[in-house]
Amino acid sequence: MSDYIEWSALGQVLLYGILVGAGLPTIFAIGVRLLAGPGAVGADGTVSRGRVIGAWACFAVVVLAILGAVAYIAAGGH
Amino acid sequence: MVGVTEPILLAVVVATALAFDFTNGFHDTGNAMATSIATRALKPKAAVILSASLNMVGAFLSLTVAATIATGIVDAGVVTLPVVLAGLAGGIVWNLVTWLFGLPSSSSHALIGGVVGAVLAAAGTEGVLWAGLTSKVLIPALVAPVVAILVGTIGTWLVARLTQDVPQDSNDKLFRWGQIGSASLVSLAHGTNDAQKSMGIILLALIAAGAVPEDSSVPFWVIVSCALAMALGTYTGGWRVIRTLGKGLVELESRQGMAAETSSAAVILLSSHFGYSLSTTHVATGSILGSGVGMKGSSVRWSVAGRMFAAWLITVPSAAFVGALFYWIDISIGGGTLGSFVVFGLLIAISFMIYLWSRRKPISSKNVNDNWDPAQDSEAYIAESVSVHHPEIMKVKRKRLRKAKKRQRKMLEAEQERRAIEAEDTARLRAAESRDNDSSER
Repeated sequence: MSDYIEWSALGQVLLYGILVGAGLPTIFAIGVRLLAGPGAVGADGTVSRGRVIGAWACFAVVVLAILGAVAYIAAGGH
Repeated sequence: MVGVTEPILLAVVVATALAFDFTNGFHDTGNAMATSIATRALKPKAAVILSASLNMVGAFLSLTVAATIATGIVDAGVVTLPVVLAGLAGGIVWNLVTWLFGLPSSSSHALIGGVVGAVLAAAGTEGVLWAGLTSKVLIPALVAPVVAILVGTIGTWLVARLTQDVPQDSNDKLFRWGQIGSASLVSLAHGTNDAQKSMGIILLALIAAGAVPEDSSVPFWVIVSCALAMALGTYTGGWRVIRTLGKGLVELESRQGMAAETSSAAVILLSSHFGYSLSTTHVATGSILGSGVGMKGSSVRWSVAGRMFAAWLITVPSAAFVGALFYWIDISIGGGTLGSFVVFGLLIAISFMIYLWSRRKPISSKNVNDNWDPAQDSEAYIAESVSVHHPEIMKVKRKRLRKAKKRQRKMLEAEQERRAIEAEDTARLRAAESRDNDSSER
């Protein structure tokens, strides 16, 4: 069977797939939690500055990852 | 176009390649946009317009053209224009048939299948590199959904855990943006990958016919027409496939959609980066399934998924059969211009018939998001009929049903055990009694 399956490539796809494919949604979810999770909205009805900055940092990571992927496609790396 | 041999055959091949490109866009819209449509992050029409534009941009974005079709799968020496024509025709027919049944299946596998069939008809079994076919096409078809299901499940599970106590409306509002972003990426990657396949085919045909020099790069009109054909196909929207992916497999919400699309984009790009290309369709479907597995209280319609897996397994042989048939018709007529015309005419006739057939139960942007009709799906969904109107009730009921069944099974087991013990006891008692009787009689 080892002739037919490229185990090393497959393993890498799986490993990085989980890191990136599951990691990015997780980071995004952390951002959502910071922005709208329990305790996010203070007594005065606004979200504290720290939480907002943290949330947007999370979203920025995801946006950067998407832009990076676009650049990667454009560079013909596929 | 000086010195072009068989110019009409060439024109027919180019037209067929563009038609394949069209069905490719049309068949694969769902991979990127089904989840966004199902969760209503985007209106159906807006989603296909976005996807079509991104496919088009993707086609222009990178021009490292896939030099040959089916490299390492068929013997390049036997690939002639009639073989390419028959292969394309096989791919188109299979794409349309699977579309008719609303089954997402890999367009590139259909094309490879068609070419393999045509090669088999043209050169016999020696023309096909079986090891290449197994390792590059058949096994990845089995591996891709497994990888994607894993990634999709983990992503969805983590997201669902992190956001379980966030109000639903904020979740929906924010995750919609993430969903649109990740779905766009899938569209873009699809445009780049698949439009280039058609460009590669057309370039090869042009070179083979002597219309452009051997070392030519892709002519501009080829890039434009391929990009347009795919975008047009995407815009037409394979609503049947979108419906199956978005509504048929899992009832999706924004969080699942976002996790699924990100997983798809990551696995597709990483797999081509590591040189182990997985089919976009297989990965996208796997991710959507994973998003159902990873979400608490979400159920996956495995019978629909099973039908899809079956379609994937027969994609290559079926497309090969059609491709071989077309090649055989072409050659038995005498090949050349007449043969190619007949093949082209047949292709148009078949496509038209499939289109007519599809009109009997049309699916469009209007009804793509209707509830999944259980009647479509045999008795397995009778229990789900309740969910069509009240998903909340259904979820509870299902769970309760499962628990009740478990309880019943346990009771039955206990009962049987008790009976067995009882039976043993009576037997022992009887034995003792008969011994007593024996001894008293003595």
